[in-house]
Amino acid sequence: MSSAREAAQEHHRVTTAALDPGALVNSVAGPACGAVATFVGVVRDRNAGRRVLWIDYEAYAPLAHKAFDQIAREALERWPAVRLAIHHRIGRVAIGEASVAIAAASPHRAEGFAACRYAIERVKQMAPIWKHEHFEGGEVWIEGAPADPWDEDARRHALERACT
Amino acid sequence: MHVRIRLFARLREIAGDAELHRELPDDATASTAWHALTAQFPGLAPYERLISCAVNEEYAKLSTPLQEGDEVAFLPPVSGGGGRRFTTD
Repeated sequence: MSSAREAAQEHHRVTTAALDPGALVNSVAGPACGAVATFVGVVRDRNAGRRVLWIDYEAYAPLAHKAFDQIAREALERWPAVRLAIHHRIGRVAIGEASVAIAAASPHRAEGFAACRYAIERVKQMAPIWKHEHFEGGEVWIEGAPADPWDEDARRHALERACT
Repeated sequence: MHVRIRLFARLREIAGDAELHRELPDDATASTAWHALTAQFPGLAPYERLISCAVNEEYAKLSTPLQEGDEVAFLPPVSGGGGRRFTTD
């Protein structure tokens, strides 16, 4: 296992604790780093015309860690100088609280922004994490499409979004 | 053979259990395990073409052969998903 991969792995977390984007930034920043791009996904109070009360997140945690590891390896292939950290919260997350946080450190901003965008697209595509939305009058599991780590179309789509 | 089956999210709710144990034939695949479940819980059947699966905490195909003591997990669609159906938020 390369040192780059080890570094990537220890940056991944699936946790019931509140996310701390500042700590995430510190975990990837270093002397060669001129930029840290971050993404913080937050639970909002409306979705599809419903007034959202909270979201319960559920994960298959060991597989989620491996999915984050794969995403970090994919990002390293494309942007070798980027260091990525991915934290995802599980359990009940209130309106305004962070459900996912990603930090991408790089020598220059362009590859940091791109890798950060790529990572969140891939997390949503293939991490085994589910949203159970509770809204006024009911609840619903948010189901998109099957997680497929071998889906090259999905990967290409994430890359396009990251680079345009 | 004996296998441990893990279910998540909506699949877990339909079956009423996050973890089940089944005895399967020696030539069983992940698909065999899935069909053992749908026979018992018909509400799972509509997910036939929508599930992902994992064997021993690695993504796997439904055709993956199982072995004694394996953990096989069935995963409903995730919020983003793959293929051509992508969410925008």
